[in-house]
Amino acid sequence: MTRMTSMKDVPREDMLTHGHGACPGCGYAATAKNIAKMLGPNTVVYVPASCLVVFGALYPYSSWKTPYMFTAFENTGAVTTGIKAALRRRHLDATVVGMAGDGGTFDIGLQALSGAAERNEDVIYVCLDNEAFMNTGIQRSSATPFGAWTTTTPVGLEVKGNRRFKKDIARIVADHDVPYVATLSVAHFTDFVRKVQKAKEVRGFRFLHCLTPCIPGWRIEPSKGVSINRLAVDTGMWTLYEVENGVPKVTYKPKAMTPVTEYLKLQGRFKHMSEADVRQLQAWLCAKWRAHYGEEAPSPPCVMPGHEEVLAHDGDPLYGI
Amino acid sequence: MAVKTITGDQAVAYGAMLARAEVVPGFPITPQTVIIEQISEFINDGLMDADFIPAESEHSVMSVAVGASAGGVRTFTATSSQGLALMYEMLFAAAPTRLPVVMAVANRSLGAASGIWTEHNDSVPVRESGWLQVYVEDNQEALDMIIQAFRIAEDRRVMLPIMVCLDGFILSHVVEGVDIPEQAVVDRFLPRFAPVNVLDPRDPIMMNPVTPPEFATELRYQQDRAVEAARTVIGEADEEFAALTGRRYGGLFEAYRLEDAEFALIGLGTWAGIAREVVDQLRAEGKKAGLIKLRYMRPFPGQELRQATLNLKALGTFDRSAAFNGYGPVFTEVRNALYGSGITVTDHLAGIGGRDITAEMVRDMYGLVERSARGEKVRDCTWHALRGEME
Repeated sequence: MTRMTSMKDVPREDMLTHGHGACPGCGYAATAKNIAKMLGPNTVVYVPASCLVVFGALYPYSSWKTPYMFTAFENTGAVTTGIKAALRRRHLDATVVGMAGDGGTFDIGLQALSGAAERNEDVIYVCLDNEAFMNTGIQRSSATPFGAWTTTTPVGLEVKGNRRFKKDIARIVADHDVPYVATLSVAHFTDFVRKVQKAKEVRGFRFLHCLTPCIPGWRIEPSKGVSINRLAVDTGMWTLYEVENGVPKVTYKPKAMTPVTEYLKLQGRFKHMSEADVRQLQAWLCAKWRAHYGEEAPSPPCVMPGHEEVLAHDGDPLYGI
Repeated sequence: MAVKTITGDQAVAYGAMLARAEVVPGFPITPQTVIIEQISEFINDGLMDADFIPAESEHSVMSVAVGASAGGVRTFTATSSQGLALMYEMLFAAAPTRLPVVMAVANRSLGAASGIWTEHNDSVPVRESGWLQVYVEDNQEALDMIIQAFRIAEDRRVMLPIMVCLDGFILSHVVEGVDIPEQAVVDRFLPRFAPVNVLDPRDPIMMNPVTPPEFATELRYQQDRAVEAARTVIGEADEEFAALTGRRYGGLFEAYRLEDAEFALIGLGTWAGIAREVVDQLRAEGKKAGLIKLRYMRPFPGQELRQATLNLKALGTFDRSAAFNGYGPVFTEVRNALYGSGITVTDHLAGIGGRDITAEMVRDMYGLVERSARGEKVRDCTWHALRGEME
């Protein structure tokens, strides 16, 4: 097979085809689709409870061209283990991939993820991280960023939004000494292609952590998902790196750090944030920047107060329909 | 054939090896643990060609089993008590996905006021999970039923998972002489697994998609028909197994001295051994006692039991599960099956938390059933050998 090094080398044939039921602009669907097409037809897909279960296959229809299975929420690491064991016994050399959400990975699925990682199962585990339990209607997960509104971290009179910082799941997985861990963003496609390609070639447990914008959950406009993902990287909210056989490497570094307010102001989930909260988030980002890039942010960003800009339609996925 | 003196857990492991199970996920839980230890030894000694997968919990054990079976290989596992409870969610994935996983359950009490000893309240409550359930009486039956279970589960008319339940410690840890069948004999009885639906990139299918109301009823109905079809398949498997090994277990249940009996008891598991002895004692005393060793809770042999109990005046059910505010599960199933037949049915609870069941206790049970057969009024539900006041 041709080695994929850039977007133009990516196969044209989709394995997760159009016609599925995701919201327009869904970053989750775009990421799953692109990973599936790069993994190709010789793949078995397991999806735990998540948006992908609902929009990808609803009996008697399916958007999957590859074999597909769903059973429950917390067992991606375990079911993929079983599928791979069966294929190995049957001498079938196919890729087994589990595509779970952040809830199914960071929270309820953590035990099975850790089990599979520790056993170094020969599977790819993809975490499609939209930073909350979106399939059940935007409840906080341990992937939800500081300050974000969700239905279980509402903007109340006393407490406004999520008070905890995002769990560093990729580091937790990397600490299992697995062959490959990488973070991905749909806005950085060359990097995305290279990492999926590498994950496909490596043997053993591989973990791809993807930031996937959610239109209704983030309260964003459907056309803005990719640019928001780019801003996530530019502000330090997301870092693109990989850990190959224990060696960490940053794969893309923004020239300068963009103030986090640029990222926040495009999303309704952050619009209530106080200046103090933005300062706290910015301080956390500066520390993270230093931890990942080994240096202070080159131009320590100013902190801007909350803004009152009104979004066009507050992330309603059915807007205009 | 070779006779080995082995525990029930080891007998189960021999069964899995002879059945040529290929993937065995496992997690240690008393009193099941010896099963997965023994299988690990078989594999590491090169005697068994299988993958043992040490999962990090029983929930994951059943998830691995579901994945492996969906991937098209013969899959075996074992659990007990809290472990079965932790698997609960995934039991309901295996059955509707029609995956013929075989699982041994070493029966043990469940929940707080914890104990590790035998009780049926771990497996009996999951009888609505869509799994078939068979309960064995001795180590030989444990081994033989693992082999039969694969045959039944994988039959195209069935395609359902099955639990082989054995009383914890009473069987799991007690040694008995067990005939180990020749591999060739087992191979004749149990052909290679030929799954109907497999996750294979060469022929993509979707398994267990979200199913809307328009189709869910039909899916459940098909599952119901498959459980029903198992009644026939179980009988056929028992006969064919008997032809090869000389050991016949009676299919759905075994009737003992029932033909001319006026009263009888029915129950699950090792209790049947002592009950059989008590029946012999009662017969020697001229009393027309009988016994039904209930083997399957699913499929439940309702019609067959109705037929078998036509001449009885009274039937007692033995329940080794604590039942609150009423009757044990065996009673509920049996009385439901016999509703309208005019036979008095009473419930008898004993052996809770692994307490020994003595001949005297079983005689007490038969005593009550005999009295109700004579038309005397006896308590509907009796906790036997209770220390303290009944009322």
